[in-house]
Amino acid sequence: MYHYDATDKAIVQARVRQFRGQTERFLAGQLSEDDFRPLRLQNGLYIQRHAPMLRMAIPYGLLSSTQLRTLADITGRYDRGTGHFTTRQNLQLNWIELSKVPDILEQLASVEMHAIQTSGNCIRNITTDQFAGIAEDEIADPRPWAEVLRQWSTFHPEFAYLPRKFKVAISGSLDDRAAIRVHDLGLQLVKNDAGEIGFTVYAGGGLGRTPLIGQKMIDFLPWQHLLTYSEALVRVYNRYGRRDNPYKARIKILVKAIGSEEFARQVEEEWLHIKDGPNTLTAEEVARVANQFASPAYAAYPASTSTLASIATQHNDKAFSRWLERNVHAHKMPGYAAVTLSLKTPGAAPGDATVAQMEAAAALADEFSFGELRVTHEQNLVLVDVPHKDLHAVWQRAKASGLASANIGLLADMIVCPGGDFCSLANAKSLPIAAAIHERFADMDYLFDIGDLELNISGCMNSCGHHHLGAIGILGVDKHGEEWYQITLGGAQGNAARIGEVIGRSFAAAEIPDVIERMIETYLAQRHADEAFKDTVARLGLPPFREAAYRNNESAGEAAHG
Amino acid sequence: MAKQLIKNDQLIDDNWQVIALADEATLEDAAALPIPAGPAIIPALVWLAQRDALRSRADAGDIAVSLAPTFRVEDIAQDVQRFAMIAVEFPKFIDGRGYSTARLLRERYAYRGELRAVGNIGRDQLFYLKRVGFDAFLIPPGQDAAAALQSLNDFPEVYQGAVDQPLPLFRRRTA
Repeated sequence: MYHYDATDKAIVQARVRQFRGQTERFLAGQLSEDDFRPLRLQNGLYIQRHAPMLRMAIPYGLLSSTQLRTLADITGRYDRGTGHFTTRQNLQLNWIELSKVPDILEQLASVEMHAIQTSGNCIRNITTDQFAGIAEDEIADPRPWAEVLRQWSTFHPEFAYLPRKFKVAISGSLDDRAAIRVHDLGLQLVKNDAGEIGFTVYAGGGLGRTPLIGQKMIDFLPWQHLLTYSEALVRVYNRYGRRDNPYKARIKILVKAIGSEEFARQVEEEWLHIKDGPNTLTAEEVARVANQFASPAYAAYPASTSTLASIATQHNDKAFSRWLERNVHAHKMPGYAAVTLSLKTPGAAPGDATVAQMEAAAALADEFSFGELRVTHEQNLVLVDVPHKDLHAVWQRAKASGLASANIGLLADMIVCPGGDFCSLANAKSLPIAAAIHERFADMDYLFDIGDLELNISGCMNSCGHHHLGAIGILGVDKHGEEWYQITLGGAQGNAARIGEVIGRSFAAAEIPDVIERMIETYLAQRHADEAFKDTVARLGLPPFREAAYRNNESAGEAAHG
Repeated sequence: MAKQLIKNDQLIDDNWQVIALADEATLEDAAALPIPAGPAIIPALVWLAQRDALRSRADAGDIAVSLAPTFRVEDIAQDVQRFAMIAVEFPKFIDGRGYSTARLLRERYAYRGELRAVGNIGRDQLFYLKRVGFDAFLIPPGQDAAAALQSLNDFPEVYQGAVDQPLPLFRRRTA
């Protein structure tokens, strides 16, 4: 992974000093709340329902075991012992004292971490594929490019006060696992016929109140121009994005308003002025960064020694076999696999990890996976380099720490925002809905029978829980001070990213498990062999599911709202 | 009165008078606005409306223009070398359009005169403002301009190439 040099360290330490000064001025009454707000947001600090919330950056979701132990220490020392991993691969703490934040930032800086630009109207933490560097379908490793972009966007002087937040995701594989089409700027690594690296660039994607799929700006942007092109694109947005209404201020609204072709033309025109300028990337810099993401010292296992199937047969344990099936993923190196440590154990909030779990995950990384971990945008942790021979030991240890629920990609692997229990933006709670669904679908045989199903829950239109992308999406809405839940069907992430459709009027919280179950029964009754839920929905359309959802359900009696 | 203008890293007196135009002013209003004698900062729209009459005063160094966030710098691009000073307005500090305006003035239109940030700015914006090409900052009354001055050196190094340091760190790091 990338290690800071003296300059990177000095920059992050300067930020800690700067924020300490700003916090002291705020606490001394020399800085108003309005003036302090954008400053604290650009350091990840929100004022929330119960206490300030601090969102710490995990750049492109990559963590060393030392960094995770530091996050665990901070969680234990300054919070109530539980952290929440987010869909931007970051970690949030919900019970932080404002006056302690500079000390936390200082502790983060000691392990080359920070909370820079994890919120606010600026370029946010860049996200990528959790299997970067080990995926069999990888065209090129996205991590060096994510780090190059991290440095470019860190304290970018022109783009600290954009119309609204700006999110970037990058995918290096054939199968997009980074949801690049629902980002303000989505980058897909590609190779041209000459084998040279470049990017297909998408812009104007996003969820929120107006969910839109990103539009292609350019087919092949040679890598040298990544920064100048991005600078041109964000500059056009900074100058012409709407600032009169925060709900219409994202780049997607600008792209939609003037059309993606016209927007791309304006970006191109701007880019021609700065193309080949000093911010053009050099092969030396790319090599310097890429060297830090070199593969670890893999052991040479013969290609045919073991397969996941042979390991399952050898141990003959149904629970272990299920874990192998759902939580263990292919690796480009023979004899290695990636392991997802599930943070979706029933009884705990999705994405939450306790101090003990963080420490256990760090220990597993040290013992079995070269001391590194990844955070996924589905809010789980991943050990990417586990030898096949250690899988059983990892499973046992993970199980002892409540990190081995064999539910990755199943209905129980829900993406869920913190919702109204914590977040002051939320219209409704999301955690009790997730808990009720976990309870209803607790039977592992049933979950496995249902198979692949993405169920995502957001507590408000800001869509932190990516409900639009769920095969089933649940959105909390406020109706006259009451919490209601709207259901969407047919969303998808990845290459075929698609925004789900609202099925009709919303439901009361207590109805949700029944509604989900009736729709699942419809799927089970009508599916073709090996057909996933989302494919059955695509084949049959919404009507049979809508009919099932509203059957025996006259009580909801609310007008539809879209 | 305390000095509130920072220029070239020092607090100095401000000798410019500001000539304002109503928000909804038309080009006709701009053409009719009287410009008093002496150094004057006029809205860019007034410059466009009274260009011929004001050209000699501009050449004598008495005319500066101020650019509202919505004003497209392209529209005065051909005249920028005539101005002794260009002021970029920040009615709200969270409106960052002026940062792009400043870079375009310096990098695209080769403006070398005083570039002044005015409006709702303070010490927490100065570092970024300096980086995009501002060399003067009018700190609002009531704010400690001397303290603000210190923040120009908040960071010892920067990653991106911009106006104050055109070379990104990666072109300097290996040196």
